[in-house]
Amino acid sequence: MPPKGKPKLSVWKFASCDGCQLSLLDCEDELLAVTGELELAYFVEASRAMAKGPYDLTLVDGSITTTHDAELIHKVRRASKYLVAIGTCACSGGIQALRNFKDVHDFITAVYAHPEYISTLAQSTPLSAHVKVDYQLNGCPINKHQLLELISAYLAGRTPQITPHSVCLQCKLKGNICVQVLGTPCLGPVTHGGCGAVCPTYHRGCYGCYGPKETANTSSLAAWFSRRLGLSEDSLVRAFRTFYANAPEFRRESEAHEK
Amino acid sequence: MKSRTIKVSYLARVEGEGGLYLRIKDGAVAEVKLKIFEPPRFFEAFLRGRQYHEAPDITSRICGICPVAYQMSAVHAMEDALGVKVAGPLRDLRRLIYCGEWIESHALHVFMLHAPDFLGYQDAIRMAQDHAEVVKMGLRLKKIGNQVVTLVGGREIHPINVRVGGFYRVPEKKELSSLTEDLKWAREAALKTVRWVAGFPFPEFEADYEFVSLRPEAEYPFNEGRLASNQGLDIKVPDYDEHFAEEHVAYSNALHSRHQGLGPYFVGPMARYNLNFHRLTPLAQEAATAAGLGEEVRNPFRSIIVRAVETLYAVDEALRLIAAYERPEQPAIKVEVRAGVGYAATEAPRGLLYHRYRLDEQGAILEAKIVPPTSQNQKVIERDLQQFVEQRLDLPDDQLTWQCEQLVRNYDPCISCATHFLPVSLERL
Repeated sequence: MPPKGKPKLSVWKFASCDGCQLSLLDCEDELLAVTGELELAYFVEASRAMAKGPYDLTLVDGSITTTHDAELIHKVRRASKYLVAIGTCACSGGIQALRNFKDVHDFITAVYAHPEYISTLAQSTPLSAHVKVDYQLNGCPINKHQLLELISAYLAGRTPQITPHSVCLQCKLKGNICVQVLGTPCLGPVTHGGCGAVCPTYHRGCYGCYGPKETANTSSLAAWFSRRLGLSEDSLVRAFRTFYANAPEFRRESEAHEK
Repeated sequence: MKSRTIKVSYLARVEGEGGLYLRIKDGAVAEVKLKIFEPPRFFEAFLRGRQYHEAPDITSRICGICPVAYQMSAVHAMEDALGVKVAGPLRDLRRLIYCGEWIESHALHVFMLHAPDFLGYQDAIRMAQDHAEVVKMGLRLKKIGNQVVTLVGGREIHPINVRVGGFYRVPEKKELSSLTEDLKWAREAALKTVRWVAGFPFPEFEADYEFVSLRPEAEYPFNEGRLASNQGLDIKVPDYDEHFAEEHVAYSNALHSRHQGLGPYFVGPMARYNLNFHRLTPLAQEAATAAGLGEEVRNPFRSIIVRAVETLYAVDEALRLIAAYERPEQPAIKVEVRAGVGYAATEAPRGLLYHRYRLDEQGAILEAKIVPPTSQNQKVIERDLQQFVEQRLDLPDDQLTWQCEQLVRNYDPCISCATHFLPVSLERL
């Protein structure tokens, strides 16, 4: 339950593109209403004012990739009554979790002339690998309407109405013609909805940026991709290893097709 | 003589994580560092082995503020490698989606990140308590930019509709026309914005910059043009690497760029404006002149006016593109995979964004190089800080610190972007 009086909101960023915290500023119609209900106590992207905790509601964008951040997330947790991971990076490790499949040292030498200046961990990990997370909002990027629902639910002291069904169901609700039936590989059957089935609506296959849905049958879908649509093993690895590469269901499936 | 330190641990109202450190000794700046501690994410490394058609979706994740810029640089570089050129309405749609991104990103920066400095507020939310109407106008302007990106791209952050060769789906004429009324409102709002920001108090400060931007034949630059500067540079985009180099310094996770033989250079709205003033629409030129801008601007604090002028241009150009639009029969042109190297530079809201890819004969990426605007501006920012602070040593720490922050924000730095660079050693791997 939110506290009496104006609850304090904090927004934190770890390794990410900034897009998920930007989603809050992208709520152009609602932003002033949100800040009318919540005190913007800490949100570096938006304000010079940086109030100390404790915070009532904390939104965290980004994955943990450095020792500094691995310590900081514990401090953020201690200062926060209700902590929400927003976006793929915070929920699963993000695209930077592609390092988890390689030797990170090779990555550093590929990008930087002086690897000794760079401090990074071998794995990009979700917040939940480090601290207790009270709620996870998936998506790369998150859907701003879901973010507003989450904030409204928090203020009302109820559970957010964010359903765990697949992109397929959203496609059916929109009346889209199935792109997979037309021969385009689509991760919709195994992917968490929330985006509004935006890719199939634009005539392309879903690429899984909301992560695995509950009980995702990835091996059945991979078999369909392979037998019916002729995808190579290499293509299957890449299909499951992009924005949610580190999610256990997608990770297992990509590893199953690796030579 | 006493020594003094100006330190900002976390720079606010910028995208990503950075800080600022200045050491002043004997009346001079002894040390200045724009620190970027945004964790590295290694895009160039994990792009290797991915297919050419994945680059626009993957590189858009470098930046949630300017994903369209990454998608545009990626598709144009891939098309260069594959020897195809997108023209006609598909080319226009790419300009249109870029207009949307400039409107949304510039409105974010002008109203929410930069204006509070000039008016003495910690943030736009507090500014809204005294300036509600103007903040609401800024939010609506930003929203209209996002609507353009969403309609053409599918969603505002990390659009899904951009592909090598064109788009997955092209909008109907009537879908685009549905934006016209809002864009007409936006044109008025952008004009008001130019007037509003022109009245801000600007610190006296000018420096001798080399401005670098694209310079196309006719239009104001988005996706095309030669690379030009006010100091005589005039080259093709594929020659970028021969003229510009990056270096890795200990205190930053972003590489610093310099123009070889010349030093720091300046990219972004002011560079574009100074090199392309006559390519702006008449309306944007008139608004700039009425706001007191000449054909060249050298005070970086006035970049907020230039951003407002570019917002007006982007709205004007979006209206023109929508009026002229005829839906193409195919959403994309056909591309055939071949081995090769491709280059592209496009104009992200905050400046030049260079991509280079080398592909094998199956279309897999062998090597990627990405140089975002903020890494190119870092050296100029540091030089500005040094010169600016040396002129203002009499200011108390809190004022000087705030003005230094404001100076950094002149560049609308995107630190998330700036943190994954140059495959210096790629060739030796």
